[in-house]
Amino acid sequence: MSTVSGWGQYPRLQAHLRKPQSPEALCALAQNGGPTIARGNGRAYGDSAINSRCTIDMRALNRMLQFCPDSGQLVAEAGVLLGDIIAAFLPRGWFPYVTPGTKFVTLGGAVAADVHGKNHHKEGGFGAYVDWLDLVDHSGQILRCSRSENPQLFQHTLGGMGLTGVIYRVALRLRPVSSGWIVQKRQVARDIGQAIALFEQAQDATYSVAWIDCLQRGAAMGRSLVMLGEHATPADLPPKARATPFAPPKRRQLHMPITPPSWVLNRATVRAFNALYYWQGARGPGHSLVDWDSYFYPLDAILGWNKIYGRRGFAQFQCVIPLAQAEAGLRALLAAISAAGAGSFLAVLKRLGAQDSPLSFPMAGYTLALDFPVTAKTLALMQQLDAITHHYGGRIYLAKDSRISRDMFHQTEPRAAPFARYRQASGAAGAWASAQSERLGL
Amino acid sequence: MSKSAVLILGAGSDMARALAHKYASAGHDIQLAARQVQRLAADQADIALRHGVAVSLHEFDALDLGTHPGFVQGLPSLPGIAICAVGLMGQQGESQTDMQKAALVMRSNFEGPACILALLANAFEQRGHGILVGIASVAGLRGRASNYVYGASKAGFVAFLSGLRNRLARGPVHVVTVLPGFVNTKMTEGMALPRRLLAQPADVADAVFRATQKRRDVIYVKPIWRLIMAIICALPERVFKKTSL
Ligand SMILES: Cc1cc2nc3c(=O)[nH]c(=O)nc-3n(C[C@H](O)[C@H](O)[C@H](O)COP(=O)(O)OP(=O)(O)OC[C@H]3O[C@@H](n4cnc5c(N)ncnc54)[C@H](O)[C@@H]3O)c2cc1C
Ligand SMILES: NC(=O)c1ccc[n+]([C@@H]2O[C@H](COP(=O)([O-])OP(=O)(O)OC[C@H]3O[C@@H](n4cnc5c(N)ncnc54)[C@H](OP(=O)(O)O)[C@@H]3O)[C@@H](O)[C@H]2O)c1
Repeated sequence: MSTVSGWGQYPRLQAHLRKPQSPEALCALAQNGGPTIARGNGRAYGDSAINSRCTIDMRALNRMLQFCPDSGQLVAEAGVLLGDIIAAFLPRGWFPYVTPGTKFVTLGGAVAADVHGKNHHKEGGFGAYVDWLDLVDHSGQILRCSRSENPQLFQHTLGGMGLTGVIYRVALRLRPVSSGWIVQKRQVARDIGQAIALFEQAQDATYSVAWIDCLQRGAAMGRSLVMLGEHATPADLPPKARATPFAPPKRRQLHMPITPPSWVLNRATVRAFNALYYWQGARGPGHSLVDWDSYFYPLDAILGWNKIYGRRGFAQFQCVIPLAQAEAGLRALLAAISAAGAGSFLAVLKRLGAQDSPLSFPMAGYTLALDFPVTAKTLALMQQLDAITHHYGGRIYLAKDSRISRDMFHQTEPRAAPFARYRQASGAAGAWASAQSERLGL
Repeated sequence: MSKSAVLILGAGSDMARALAHKYASAGHDIQLAARQVQRLAADQADIALRHGVAVSLHEFDALDLGTHPGFVQGLPSLPGIAICAVGLMGQQGESQTDMQKAALVMRSNFEGPACILALLANAFEQRGHGILVGIASVAGLRGRASNYVYGASKAGFVAFLSGLRNRLARGPVHVVTVLPGFVNTKMTEGMALPRRLLAQPADVADAVFRATQKRRDVIYVKPIWRLIMAIICALPERVFKKTSL
C-alpha cells in the first residue's frame, strides 16, 4: 500500500499501485475482477485517479507509435505526457489543438477528463481531436473505439473519468503551427460585466482567458485582466527570431524546496496582478509576444508548487454557469468568495462553447476556477458555491473536485444517472471505480 | 544522420531504454539488441519518432556465444559505441543451493557480456575507433553475503573491462566501466532502498553519455557511491566478515 493523492494533496488515501510495463500486463490487470481505476500523471486535483484496491499507473506505457505528417495524426500510448508530444513535435511544426494549463498530463488523463483549453469556445475540447482510441475493457480485451466503431463506448470514454475502462492507445490529431510563439492581447475589465462583454466580442479569438481579482467588492467586483491569444506566424516575430521560429524558450525550472505559507504566494500574486492591472489600464490594450511555455503553462516553471499549501492540501473549485445566467451567477459566486475572504486572490475565468457529451464538463457558458487551502471554513464556502452553481443551472468539474456531496452532485448533474445506468448495462460498473465515483455514486 | 550508431545490448531493460533515448536525442542512430527483440517494436517506433533517428532491432542472446560473430556481422553498420546492459541478479538464496541457477547468474553477468564486448573490441580495433561501455555494479567491488554470486560475476566483468582497457589504452579504442549503485528499475522493484542512494535510469543514461564524451575510465553514477565503496573496500577482512551490509 502507498499513500496516493491528486494534485491538491487532498484527500490522501491508501492504495495498491500497479504499473504495467506492457499491454499484455495491462490486459491481465484489467481482468483481475474487482474495481480498478487508471491513473495518469495525477494532475486531477482530487480522488478521481485513486482506487484503494487497485490503481493502475499508466506512465510506463508511454511510447509514441506513429505519426502521419499529412493528417497530423499521432498514435501514442496513453501514458505519454503532453509535454513530451510538444517536445517531439513542436520543432516539426505541430502543437496540440487543446491543452490544459499544465503540460504534465498524460494523453489518457486528457481524454478521460475531456480537458478544455483557452480555446473551447471556438475549437471544442480535447475529445474533438481524438480520431480513435483503444480501450481495455473489463474482460481484458482491447476494443477500438471511434465515432464509427463502438461509438457509444467512445463517447462515454471521452470525459468518462476512467469509468469505462483503461485507455491504452490514442490517435490524436495535432495542429500545424508556424512558430512556438503566441501573440497576446491584454485588456483590462473594470468589473465582471465588462469582462463578459470583452469575451463575447472576442468570439473569433483562438484563445481567451481572464484573471479575476477576487478581493474586489461592489462596483469593482470582477475587476480583471482579459487575455486573448493567436499563434504567431514568422512574420509576427522579430527579424532575429524568424529563422528559428520553434527555438525553445529559455526557462529555468524551479523546484519548491520548502513550503512557504500560502499568504506569501497570495501577496506576491496579488501585487503582481495589481501592478499589471494599473499598467495595462494606463496604456490601453497591449500586444506582446509570449513563448508557448510561458503562455500555456506559467505554473509549470515551478515544479511542485502544489506543496505550498502545506500538509492539509488544497482544493480547486471549478464550475461552469450557462451563458444566459452567466453574469448573475458569476456575481453571486464572486460576492460569496469576497465576503468570505478566503482562498486565492485570483480566479481564472474562461468562456466555454456548447458541447453535447455523456459526462464531459463543458457547456456554453463561463467557467470560474480558484484554489482554496482545505479548512473547515473553505469547505463550507465551497458548499455554498456548489449551491449557487446549482441555482444558476451550472455544474462542477470532476477533474478538480475532491469534496462535493453526492446529493449536490446529482442535483447539478442530471447526466449522472444515465451515465451510471450505461455503466451498469455494459458491465463496466463492477470493474471500474475511483474513490470519486464511489463517493458520488457514478 | 552523420553521428555513428550506438548499439545497446540487453535493450529491454529500463536502463537500456533510457540510454537509447539519451543517445538518440543527441542524434545517434540506435541498434537495439535483445532476446525476443520483436517485443521492442513499440520502443523502436517511439525512439525513431521522438528523435528522428534510425532505430533497428537485432535478436541477441548473450549466452549463445556461437551466434555472436553472425550477430556482429548482421548489424547495419559497425557501431561507434557499444553499451552492454545485460545482467541477471538472480536470488542469492537460490544461487546458494541450486548451482544451475548460480551458474546462470555467473554466465549472464560475466561470460556473456565479456565475450560479446571482446568480439566488438577486436572489430573496433581493426576499424580504428570505438567506445565500449560495460554496465557492471558496485556489487562487484566486494563480495557480500547478501548477493555475492551476482557480485562475484560482476567482479569478473569489472576485472575483464579493466584488462581490456589496459590492452587497448595505447590505441584509439576506449573502454568505460560503469559502477551503478541502486537504480530504480525492474531489477530493484519492490526493494526498500534509501532514496538518496537511488539513481533513476535517466541518471545512469546521463552519466554514461558524459563518460563516453569525455572518455572517462570508471564512473559511479551517484558520486556518493565512490565514497561508500571506498569505505567498504577499506574495511579489514576480519571486520568486514562480521558485517551485514
Ligand atoms: C496546474 C493545472 C492546470 C490545469 N488546467 C486545466 C485546464 O485548463 N483545463 C482542464 O480541462 N483541466 C485542467 N487541469 C486538470 C487536468 O488537465 C486533468 O485533471 C487531467 O485529467 C490530468 O491528467 P493526468 O494524466 O494527470 O490524469 P490523472 O489525474 O492521473 O487522472 C485523471 C482522470 O483520468 C483518468 N485516466 C487517466 N489515465 C487514464 C487512462 N489511460 N485510461 C482511462 N482513464 C484514465 C483517471 O482515472 C482519472 O479519472 C489542470 C490541472 C493542473 C494541476
Ligand atoms: N538496478 C540496479 O540497482 C542495478 C545496480 C547496478 C547495476 N545494475 C546493472 O544494470 C544493468 C541493467 O539492469 P536493470 O536494473 O535495468 O535490470 P533488468 O531490467 O533486469 O535488466 C537486465 C537486462 O539484461 C537482459 N539479459 C539478461 N540475460 C540476457 C541474455 N542472456 N541475453 C541478452 N539479454 C539478457 C535482460 O533481458 P530479458 O528481458 O530478455 O531478460 C534485461 O533486459 C544490469 O547489468 C544490472 O546488473 C543494476
